Amino acid sequence: MNKTPTAPTTTAPVVPRRSRTGVTVLFVVLAVGLLACAVLAAGVGQLSIPAGEVVSSVLHRLGLGGSPVASHANGEAALWTIRFPRVVMAMLVGAALATAGALMQGVFGNPLAEPGIAGVSAGAAFAACAVIVFGWTFLGPWTTAAFAFVGGLAATLVVYFLSRSGGRTEVVTLILTGVAVNAVAGAGIAFLTFLGDTQAREQIVFWQLGSLNGTRWPYVAIVAPLVVVGILVATTFARRLDLLALGERPARHLGVDVERLRITTIVVVALLTAAAVSFAGIIAFVGLVVPHIIRMAVGPGHRVLVPASALGGAVLLLGADLVARTAVDYADLPIGMLTALVGGPFFLYLIRRTRRSSGGWA
Amino acid sequence: MSAAMITARGVGLRIGEAQILSDVDLDVRGGEVLALVGPNGAGKTSLLSLLAGDAIPTAGEVLLEGTPVAAHRPGALARRRGVLLQENRLSFPFEVVDVVQMGRAPWRGRPEEEDDDAAVGRAMHAAEVLHLARRSFPTLSGGEKSRTSFARVLAQDPRLIFLDEPTAALDIRHQERTLALARRRAAAGDAVVVVLHDLSLAAAYSDRMILLSGGRVVAAGPPREVLDPERLSTVYEHPVEVVARPDGSLLVLPIRTVEVSL
Repeated sequence: MNKTPTAPTTTAPVVPRRSRTGVTVLFVVLAVGLLACAVLAAGVGQLSIPAGEVVSSVLHRLGLGGSPVASHANGEAALWTIRFPRVVMAMLVGAALATAGALMQGVFGNPLAEPGIAGVSAGAAFAACAVIVFGWTFLGPWTTAAFAFVGGLAATLVVYFLSRSGGRTEVVTLILTGVAVNAVAGAGIAFLTFLGDTQAREQIVFWQLGSLNGTRWPYVAIVAPLVVVGILVATTFARRLDLLALGERPARHLGVDVERLRITTIVVVALLTAAAVSFAGIIAFVGLVVPHIIRMAVGPGHRVLVPASALGGAVLLLGADLVARTAVDYADLPIGMLTALVGGPFFLYLIRRTRRSSGGWA
Repeated sequence: MSAAMITARGVGLRIGEAQILSDVDLDVRGGEVLALVGPNGAGKTSLLSLLAGDAIPTAGEVLLEGTPVAAHRPGALARRRGVLLQENRLSFPFEVVDVVQMGRAPWRGRPEEEDDDAAVGRAMHAAEVLHLARRSFPTLSGGEKSRTSFARVLAQDPRLIFLDEPTAALDIRHQERTLALARRRAAAGDAVVVVLHDLSLAAAYSDRMILLSGGRVVAAGPPREVLDPERLSTVYEHPVEVVARPDGSLLVLPIRTVEVSL
């Protein structure tokens, strides 16, 4: 019997590993960037407030010294009733969409999965439109969010079960399924627009373009808990998504309860997408661009990817919203238009790259 | 020979109209390497997936410590058995070291977690993938992927190891090393079940062989008994010669003088 002579190693060899510095640097950069963007965004606008006064006003409200905005008579009011709710909403929506993208990509095993492309946003939007047109209020201010969640969940389940075969989702199948789901949801939205009265129509049209215009604290109070809970739950199972990258069977061999992980992930994706869509409308591609950049910077491990995507999404959407409301004087551009303008070409680039790297449309 | 870790009794598997396996009885014992051999479509991989708890038999039962394998909780099962599949794909560009580290997932939050880094290091050294540690898995060659995945299973440190054609993509050195490592695990008391196509390799490294054909066990026992030239010729539908070398090892060779009708 031939036995290869292998000297048993007494001490385990040292394994070269990715340094942790990159991850630390990334989180510091994102956190500082988020704070800087927030202060900048709160100050910029038709009524300009210097960054120093913004910070001072926040400190004042927190009871840490500082003073209310002094440079304008209405400065303090503008800051706290218009700017800050919008800034916070932009961060929440961006974080929700980017996290939902990262989670979808993990559970689909496909870097091109994204709530907008896959039709999850459209499903949520259709259900939310129904609330607008029929004027339903039986769940109080939560009605829109609740319906968006149900619509988003239904769309995610449809895409998931129709586009998977043998434990993976091929790019072509995923995108074509997304096309179909988007078409059906789009038809539903068109029909609802047709049914609605003038006011509902206007509301639907602008909301469908995606905008954070008119955000007030009560909306933030509904979206914030959904997003925070969604992201917190996501961080608890993020690590297991790494194992899912091996495929369903190997993940099971390593102790992952695959069915439970799939369902949990899908519910969280629907929750986050619904939270984003119910007030901000359809803002596509954030969930595609952000996780992709994070992966390039620190690798695909979901334990870092999920929280970093949340932060990165917050920064991106805050920046995008700043552009949306300041690029043209006295006009508030739809933010969904902006993200699609940048995200569309990026999506094309990703498709081409994926096709090249996997030697076909697999 | 120690007690059976896995017991299969009257196991059958039916998928739609196709009867994949019928009436399979076998024990998997600690301390031995058990080779599953047979022609394409004989049911080797299906049997492995039943033994590993990936699929539930449509007849009979597969018991691990007295309980049906598939009824064990995923985490507890993962600490007992590791599986290397034929195909090893990865959806995202994880580095080799990350992939091997995934093998430690079942031990998270347990005292054994302390051993994580050492276990990963030992496994990568044994499978000779240390020099690939920082390479992105999707950029590896087929053989390198296979060795990385084998290292992942070694790092998992299970008592029951299932290997589905672990040597298919490997060069001679790594074929021999992989099975020698399997032998060493058996010598330490683990049970190894391995699907192999190369009968000489199976003869050299296994304690027992199970020859499957058409979903049934045709022969089971030590390689010397199972590897009967007449039986192999019938099962593989090609004349086969078994040569005993002076050192006692067996070589199974197809007879190539006959004309193959194509």
